[in-house]
Amino acid sequence: MTTLSPTAEDGAPPVFYQTEADEHDHSAGGTTLGFWIYLMSDALIFATLFATYGVLSTSYAGGPAPSQIFDLKLVALNTAMLLISSITCGMAMIAMEQGQVRSTQLWLAITGLFGAAFIGIELYEFTELIHEGATPMRSGFLSGFFTLVGTHGLHVFSGLIWICVMLVQLGQRGLVMENRRRLMCLSMFWHLLDVVWIGVFTFVYLLGVLR
Amino acid sequence: MFNETVLKTIFGRLSFESFPIHEPILLVTFAGVVVLGLAIVGAITKYKLWGYLWTEWFTSVDHKKIGIMYIILGIIMLLRGFADAVMMRTQQALSFGANEGYLNAHHYDQIFTAHGTIMIFFVAIPLVVGLINYVMPLQIGARDVAFPFLNNFSFWLTVAGALLVMVSLFVGEFSRAGWLNYVPVSNLQNSPDTGPDYYLWALQIAGIGTTLSGINMVVTIIKMRAPGMTMMKLPVFCWTALCSNVLVIAIFPILTAAFTMLMLDRYLGFNFFTNDLGGNPMMYWNLVWIWGHPEVYVLILPIFGVYSEITSTFTGKRLFGYSSMVYATVVITILSFLVWLHHFFTMGSGASVNSFFGIATMVISIPTGAKIFNWLFTMYRGQIRFELPMQWVVAFLLTFVVGGMTGVMLAIPPADFVLHNSLFLVAHFHNVIIGGVVFGLFAGIDYWFPKAFGFKLDPFWGRIHFWGWVIGYWVAWTPMYVAGLMGVTRRLRHLDDATLQPLFVIAAIGVAIIAVGIAAFIIQIVVSIINRDKLRVGDDPWNGRTLEWATSSPPPAYNFAFTPVVHDLDAWHDMKERGSKVPDSGFLPIHMPRNTGTGVILSGLAAVLGFAMVWYIWWLAGLSFVAMIGYGIFHTFNYNRDYHIPAEDVAETERKHALAGA
Repeated sequence: MTTLSPTAEDGAPPVFYQTEADEHDHSAGGTTLGFWIYLMSDALIFATLFATYGVLSTSYAGGPAPSQIFDLKLVALNTAMLLISSITCGMAMIAMEQGQVRSTQLWLAITGLFGAAFIGIELYEFTELIHEGATPMRSGFLSGFFTLVGTHGLHVFSGLIWICVMLVQLGQRGLVMENRRRLMCLSMFWHLLDVVWIGVFTFVYLLGVLR
Repeated sequence: MFNETVLKTIFGRLSFESFPIHEPILLVTFAGVVVLGLAIVGAITKYKLWGYLWTEWFTSVDHKKIGIMYIILGIIMLLRGFADAVMMRTQQALSFGANEGYLNAHHYDQIFTAHGTIMIFFVAIPLVVGLINYVMPLQIGARDVAFPFLNNFSFWLTVAGALLVMVSLFVGEFSRAGWLNYVPVSNLQNSPDTGPDYYLWALQIAGIGTTLSGINMVVTIIKMRAPGMTMMKLPVFCWTALCSNVLVIAIFPILTAAFTMLMLDRYLGFNFFTNDLGGNPMMYWNLVWIWGHPEVYVLILPIFGVYSEITSTFTGKRLFGYSSMVYATVVITILSFLVWLHHFFTMGSGASVNSFFGIATMVISIPTGAKIFNWLFTMYRGQIRFELPMQWVVAFLLTFVVGGMTGVMLAIPPADFVLHNSLFLVAHFHNVIIGGVVFGLFAGIDYWFPKAFGFKLDPFWGRIHFWGWVIGYWVAWTPMYVAGLMGVTRRLRHLDDATLQPLFVIAAIGVAIIAVGIAAFIIQIVVSIINRDKLRVGDDPWNGRTLEWATSSPPPAYNFAFTPVVHDLDAWHDMKERGSKVPDSGFLPIHMPRNTGTGVILSGLAAVLGFAMVWYIWWLAGLSFVAMIGYGIFHTFNYNRDYHIPAEDVAETERKHALAGA
């Protein structure tokens, strides 16, 4: 190995060039860090939407208020779907660590099903709201609500597409290094959506009903 | 009737009326662009360069080539943005009393909007990102950036955005709502035309590119430094690039979200920023300025780094106060987030809020002032060589300080109530952006050009370029300070008070002088390419101090045959002092990323998507969106993304270079 001491105390000349093989440059460490940073930037998009929702959350413009339109039972069910999907996603990662391709795929597929259930329930909720006349065009509050919750939903939907692609790629190549890295990123992405949903559930639904 | 529906389905709201056939200025410009474009395409085809451009440049994931392409994009867009400036200045110089000038209000409003948008998003950002791309990996002794493909993709997204802005010149119209596309002017009811849509789609696409590039650069600096290069041995330019890109990551998502909400307002009738049904226009102002103020630091911080590198090199001294420079940069990065409200003290948020933001703004001048003193102390008792880059530094110091002081004046809320939206403000930010960012970009281009191409830029034309910009800046903007203090507001197409006319005539003369500077810049590049053999220099023409000068000029694709090991802050200076020698044998194969056309294809689809959305061509929008997602997924099935340059090839390249140097 090369030594890094600026003045060679043992009398040997300092080393200025690395002459041995070094394969660190395009390592997975960079991808993990990069993906973390991407997630933080995504979290900032949500922060902006939260802030805007906060500003507009009482701008009803004569339209419906949160307590009139939110169905907490439905949202609780929805929350359960997403939380369970996070657990199954964790199971998929454990299976990956143990090198079991089939089991990883299975848990991933289950995660996807729970995610799909979440999207389905959300779409049902949105349709109901729109039928009641609580459309996003109705007031500033509803614009903020649909955009915040909808953006989260869109993220979950892209997660579903990612899961499908991952299932195919796992089938083709198994748990190669690239696929492990991608699974790591996918799981971080999925858990972030969970965290964001906790915020949505608390600040939008629970606080909304209290108002 | 049936025909009309079919046409609407196929072309959306695009029709013959969308082409500005009744605007002679645009027709002439369009003819010029067509002729020039055909000439370029013809020349490339004639000399069979398409294949070369595609394989060597467009699909390249080499950070050096991407950096050069960013800079070319920035220079081309500078010409467009400057043409807008010339039109505004001549209009304002003429349009007094009975004379209405030659631009109608509708056109004039588009021009000032396009000028600001282009100059910030498609000139300043590409030029700064280009410099960082080229120089930073070399300075940290890396082979490339962390995500080479992403880098190529980011560049082409920026091009796609620039393309949409350019298309708006000839198909439909651009926004008339100012460079940040302000509501309520940009609301659907006030601008039902395509203008704000062009703006939004162009900036969304380019903005995603900038965000991705920011992530890439941060990871590169954190993960890929040469062995021994601790954070406090990182060259100042890399530190400033790091802080600037951290800011990019922190602010661009806010802009993306704000623009998305405005899009929802415009396309689907949401009520975020409308005047009725509970919308809140000032929320838009807050959000865009939470992006907007840090954005000026995104631009100026790396440029501070450029000045630091140049000052240290051309005075032959280590930079004075390196650690204070680093801390000042970090402090500015943090403070830049706490000042956005000073852009609208007049909103009426009350004395306490205004005081907080006013004081926070003034506090920024402390670390900035520390930087100025650091540069002065570096120069003090140094052996200053007045080469072109150093001339820019001195011009910057003198010009920028004035801009900084007028900025502190504007930070005082009571003063701002008088100066808000006046030409004084416009003069202030041109003072800091031209005197700070633009001068520094030219300094950086003059400084690193021999690194990139192996020959210096012509100094004679360089000096004309220099004096044209410096004198032109002062002649153009001093009268604007005066006019602003006398109460002239910004964005005016016509003035009644003829006693003000001399000020605007002087400003127009200033722009003419800047035009000489810009022309000299282009001539400088052309002349230098023609005389490249005479201007050819060695690997280290300026007696540099940082690692980018430790490899050949221009560097090989892999940058360093052997990764340098760092012992000191000015690593290359230290290596020269202690007589380090590059090993001439024992080369190893080098791991490199493969080129890919995915970035070009995805960005091309993004541009089509943007265009289709602007014109309500829903089928095309859907198609290009699905194609984009599909192609993106298809790209992930390619696992074969890298290769090794064999050791013999590395040895051959290095041997040739050693022979040429001997």
